[in-house]
Amino acid sequence: MVKVLSHLDWLESEAIHIMREVAGQCSNPVLLFSGGKDSLCLLRIAEKAFRPGRFPFPLMHVDTGHNYPEVIEFRDRKVAELGERLIVASVEESMSKGTVVLNSPNEPRNKYQSITLLEAIEENIFDCCIGGARRDEEKARAKERIMSFRDEFGQWDPKNQRPELWDLYNARVHKGENIRAFPISNWTEMDVWQYIARENLELPNIYFAHQRDIIKRNGSIVPVTEFTPARSDEKIENLTVRFRTVGDITCTAPVLSSADTVEKIILETASTIISERGETRLDDQMSEAAMEQRKKEGYF
Amino acid sequence: MANKTNDTVLRFMTCGSVDDGKSTLIGRMLFDTKTILTDTLNQIEKTSKKRGMTAVDLSLITDGLQAEREQGITIDVAYRYFSTGTRKYIIADAPGHEQYTRNMVTAASTAECAIILIDARKGILTQTKRHTYLSTLVGIKHILVAINKMDLIDFDEEQYKHIQDDYLTFFEAIKDQKTQVDFVPMSALEGDMIVERGNRLSWYNGPTLLEYLENLDVSDKNSMQELRLPVQFVCRPQESSNKALHDFRGFMGRIESGTLKVNDKIKVLPSGHHSEIKDMRIGDDFIQEGITDQSVTITLKDEIDISRGDMIVHEGDNIASTKDLTAMVCWLSETPLTVNRTYLMMHTARSSKAKITQIKHKIDVNTLREEFADKLNVNDIAEISFKLAQPLVIDTYEKNRVTGAFILVDESSLHTVAAGMVKSIDS
Ligand SMILES: Nc1nc2c(ncn2[C@@H]2O[C@H](COP(=O)(O)OP(=O)(O)O)[C@@H](O)[C@H]2O)c(=O)[nH]1
Repeated sequence: MVKVLSHLDWLESEAIHIMREVAGQCSNPVLLFSGGKDSLCLLRIAEKAFRPGRFPFPLMHVDTGHNYPEVIEFRDRKVAELGERLIVASVEESMSKGTVVLNSPNEPRNKYQSITLLEAIEENIFDCCIGGARRDEEKARAKERIMSFRDEFGQWDPKNQRPELWDLYNARVHKGENIRAFPISNWTEMDVWQYIARENLELPNIYFAHQRDIIKRNGSIVPVTEFTPARSDEKIENLTVRFRTVGDITCTAPVLSSADTVEKIILETASTIISERGETRLDDQMSEAAMEQRKKEGYF
Repeated sequence: MANKTNDTVLRFMTCGSVDDGKSTLIGRMLFDTKTILTDTLNQIEKTSKKRGMTAVDLSLITDGLQAEREQGITIDVAYRYFSTGTRKYIIADAPGHEQYTRNMVTAASTAECAIILIDARKGILTQTKRHTYLSTLVGIKHILVAINKMDLIDFDEEQYKHIQDDYLTFFEAIKDQKTQVDFVPMSALEGDMIVERGNRLSWYNGPTLLEYLENLDVSDKNSMQELRLPVQFVCRPQESSNKALHDFRGFMGRIESGTLKVNDKIKVLPSGHHSEIKDMRIGDDFIQEGITDQSVTITLKDEIDISRGDMIVHEGDNIASTKDLTAMVCWLSETPLTVNRTYLMMHTARSSKAKITQIKHKIDVNTLREEFADKLNVNDIAEISFKLAQPLVIDTYEKNRVTGAFILVDESSLHTVAAGMVKSIDS
């Protein structure tokens, strides 16, 4: 009988193949690592792709300065464990250089990550950024290539993408242009959780149910933090929540949940009725075309 | 590891002419398998209302980019996912317009099965023929002809049979023996025979569309049993601090066909050097056997020179590398082919400069007639002979969809301009 890979093995093998193509074709790639669950899957895949050698690329975090301290601490520990190199590209540095100008002091900084990322790409002369985006996350992503071409300004042109056939990836670029490579394009949120369970991956603890002060605002749950304080008329509640994505504090919302293990999260994910971005990325809800717009401007 | 269908991945594409109901069908599959989430549903409810519709338009689920929303058409391949517990499905949603033949070919390149939609009121159209031809050209072995909008012809069995006969008559003309064709009547709008059977097609005894997919055996998707392992990356840690790693040389790649075991005798092409597999691993886990589709790292018993782009095969295999080949090529770029230019051919993990020695003929995808051609425009399909600067280890596409496929890159724009499927090796 012909043996066939199970769906997780297949997805993993595809992702390894993509990473090795990046390593084989690009002269100076980098892996974007946020400490979030998708990028943790990328790290495990990189281990499977390149061990016992070192990763043929450094890791890079585009840091908005608005992070949960647990996540940053976790990020640094993980990097040390792996013995790999981490570059931190800081939005606050771009602010002090004057290349990022906030509209108001407490404005969410997520969208400015694009600017800092592009600066870091230019400074380090990266020709490829490996990211953990998935096509099931959001409408505009469903059409994204696995190796997605960006022009000198980091722009994505959805109407003029390079055709991508079979598993033949064309990562060639001129100087100044670059490729965004997405090895887990074909994974769903469920696949990610199943992989985390199978590989026994450690995650920042805010992914698991914990007590937190929150307020309910326009149907979303907003964590109470120094960057997202409660307004005077709002009621602070202490509830059991967990995060489904981790990122900039000002635009990542937790969900009510008592799931405190990966297994319980999988059960919850299986019966969940709200998609990941819709529920927890406050910035995508603004308009139907928000993500597409940001991607055109050079977002991940 | 999994058995034939349980817990495997199935990749399929959907194609049809505009308004045949493709978007509605995909929306229906996602909806009925409970893959659509409430916030998405809320959004499409809002949009449906805004557009003055009374019921929720499921086709909006697959509606991706802004330009499409404005023009109301699908312009690029989009990928969708759903999972039934039995299988994980990856749908490549290919647009139906003529000018987007290239998108169809793109979607088909990774698909194992094609669902071709037909509007039951209209029967077989030129588009249907084109979709069928392109599916077979790109090596899809399973076609499901979905005869949609049965509700608009009162679920009439006679008319269904008539379309089925028409299709089979035309399919004969393609002279394709490798493709299995099946039919299903359905109403994407109302949900009959997709996930649920409904009760209005009781004369039909075959599987629903989803049952068809759940039971489709594609474990033979690569008919080739011979080992093909293109080397993507060579790992030489050269850690002087670690004795075990100091001389480590690992060869990394994905087994594209066949299987490979520890101690197997192998040969490296194009150099022809021989050795045996010392060990095999995925990351830190050692394995005894690697199977098709598996990405592995191997070490060899002898120190031989191997670099990215080399191909590992079994020792007794008599495949050789070649510099001359003929292929079916689909031109993907708005910039036409220039016959005397040199292009870069990317094939597995190796590439070579390639010259066109002859355009044998072009194929009219509507009539399947061969025509003379001295240039190619976007969406043209032609049989072309090439001469290569570097030897490549190639199989025919019919035998192997990985080692028989290539893309052409324009070395000045660096764009992917063509897709090729090898028909014959000429030297
Ligand atoms: N009556 C009926 N209408 C359908 C059916 N499937 C799709 N439609 C309608 O046909 C039109 C085109 O469908 P759509 O899915 O957008 O077609 P596409 O262009 O192939 O994606 C829409 O108005 C659908 O509501 C069906 O099974 N029965």
